[in-house]
Amino acid sequence: MSRLLVYLIPLAVIAAFVVMARYERRLAHDPTHRGFFERNGTVLGLVFIGLVAFWMLMLVVLPYLYMVQESFHPKLVAADRGGPKDILTLDQYRSFFIQPTDGEVNTTHLWAFFFTLAISALVTFLNFAICYPLAYYMAQAGSAQKVRLLMLALIVPYWVNEILRAFSLRLLLASKGLINQMLMGVGLTDAPIDFLGNNVGLYVGLSYAYLLVMVFPLYNAIESLDKNQIEAARDLGASWFRIHKDVVIPYAKPGIASGCTMVFMLSAGSLAAPQFLGGPRTLWFTSIVYDFFFQAFNWPRGAAYAFILLAACIALVLLMLRLFKVSLGEAIK
Amino acid sequence: MSADVELDRVTVRFGQFTAVSGASLKIAGGEFFSFLGPSGCGKTTILRTVSGFLDPSEGAVRIAGQDMTGIGPNKRPTALIFQNLALFPLMTVAENITYGLRVRGMSKADRMKKADELLSLIALPGQGGKLVSELSGGQRQRVAIARALAVEPKVLLLDEPLSALDLKLRQHMRTELRAIQQRVGITFIYITHDQGEALTMSDRIAVMNNGVIEQIGDGKVVYDAPKTAFVASFVGGNNPFPGHVSKADASGAVIDTPFGPLRGRNPMGVKAGDKAILFVRPEALRLGKGAPDATITSTVLSVAFEGNASHIFLKGAAKKDITLTVGRLERVTIPEQGVEAQVTYDPDLGLVLPEGSMARE
Repeated sequence: MSRLLVYLIPLAVIAAFVVMARYERRLAHDPTHRGFFERNGTVLGLVFIGLVAFWMLMLVVLPYLYMVQESFHPKLVAADRGGPKDILTLDQYRSFFIQPTDGEVNTTHLWAFFFTLAISALVTFLNFAICYPLAYYMAQAGSAQKVRLLMLALIVPYWVNEILRAFSLRLLLASKGLINQMLMGVGLTDAPIDFLGNNVGLYVGLSYAYLLVMVFPLYNAIESLDKNQIEAARDLGASWFRIHKDVVIPYAKPGIASGCTMVFMLSAGSLAAPQFLGGPRTLWFTSIVYDFFFQAFNWPRGAAYAFILLAACIALVLLMLRLFKVSLGEAIK
Repeated sequence: MSADVELDRVTVRFGQFTAVSGASLKIAGGEFFSFLGPSGCGKTTILRTVSGFLDPSEGAVRIAGQDMTGIGPNKRPTALIFQNLALFPLMTVAENITYGLRVRGMSKADRMKKADELLSLIALPGQGGKLVSELSGGQRQRVAIARALAVEPKVLLLDEPLSALDLKLRQHMRTELRAIQQRVGITFIYITHDQGEALTMSDRIAVMNNGVIEQIGDGKVVYDAPKTAFVASFVGGNNPFPGHVSKADASGAVIDTPFGPLRGRNPMGVKAGDKAILFVRPEALRLGKGAPDATITSTVLSVAFEGNASHIFLKGAAKKDITLTVGRLERVTIPEQGVEAQVTYDPDLGLVLPEGSMARE
């Protein structure tokens, strides 16, 4: 019964939009206005609407809605679905806080959740620290030719697939890997440093994976800054630090927000890097979600966990945007 | 507090290209000095060299006697007003004006006091809380001036700051800039391609072409006694008559042109046989017949009425037309298009200069 909602909600939203559009048209009547079908013809208009509707409904709205309603159901075998046991319940969400098996606080999952969010925030910050100078150089300082080379050097490594990239990093950072051998060869350390166990590999891997996602919004934002602004600040006596603090960063804020949001969201939701580069004691939240879906076949609980992560990420991002006084519209520009 | 600025054989190169070559001059403290020239003549390069954004490839810039080599723009006693003003769009007017003081660590209360002072200087009292985008073009102009003056520079550098304004406002701002300069008494170095701006505001003008300073002098000297063909053709309208010099002495020279021999003063000492150009200003030409070596006969191409004056265009020797300007109140009959007319001039107002590059129209 409740599964019917999945189909009813989009229809209700569409109906609401149609009503709003009608109301608007009556409110501000424009005689020169030509309707959608008038402009495009009936056939083409139907094709356009059909394609957009397919995209929005089939590929975006319905899958998510299906997952949402799934998360409010108990885990059932196929035979019981639609039967008397198929009720709406908050159990899946509750299980994130309280273990359903023993009634204890679910410390493992809670810890993994906060760990994931904290590390994602750290990775976002690290990424910003690396990308800001890079983006500034590309946008304002470097010559056109050098910038092209740099872009190429940034983009080409992403032609390599994620798994290969993660594993090669693993080889590099392993206890008998290149870096440890070098450090021991030079005599900086006697015993190999456990980079992977200490999650160094994870931080490096995640930062590297989303470098481009950070660089390009920053680059776009800084690139449109009038060079004279920087020179004017400098001429008025500002040090380089002040120029960045007072002129460049405030100007690039929407780009920074957009880059940070994306890196944070992607790294909190990433799967490959934590699995291959995380230490043995590290439990990434998406891995838990993955296991619910594919190991335990507990789709409702997996969906509930995924939505908890999504909601937390959105809330955090909105909070940050609020703190740094960036509007959502600017950040997704 | 003002300071003199000295350019000592300043040469600036960008790779193979020489933007400024061997510029030497001394600007006195408190002077309003303009660099005038077409775009690409090197005037902006000079300004950037004085402000410290560029280092000369050769030679040195001295401000108040002190060599500025290696001193960055944030450490020089200069302030620059950019062509596009470069006001900070995310800061209020008051924040813009006091930015230089903020980076110097002045307390907020002092800054606000200073902002009020400067806002009344530029006739925008009480507007400190506005955003720059809420101001008109002329107001932004004044904010840019106040922002530069706030740091109490000894030299103010202005890079064509009026070029974005419309004509009326531009003319008004000329007077205003000059007044501000006289009030604060510091050295102004002004860059422009607009000779009107340079002539009305400056104490002295350096006319530049292709990276070389062609002539330095006050407005009257540059206009009345240009030393090169470029200066004569760039500053104010002028009618060139190129040809070979047939007779020359200290009092004057006669030059053979397609309109016959024409006479003019000979300040640069051209000799018989030299290639030279006779320049006669449009307002020095008048309709009628005069001495045979100061009379030109040609066809009237068109007449343009401009209110206070009319311009008569006659067919010239080369591609360029001859322009003659008649004041509104002069009692002459303006010839009709297509007729043959005779024009003449006082040979003392004709100027024979050695051949050289001319300003493009």
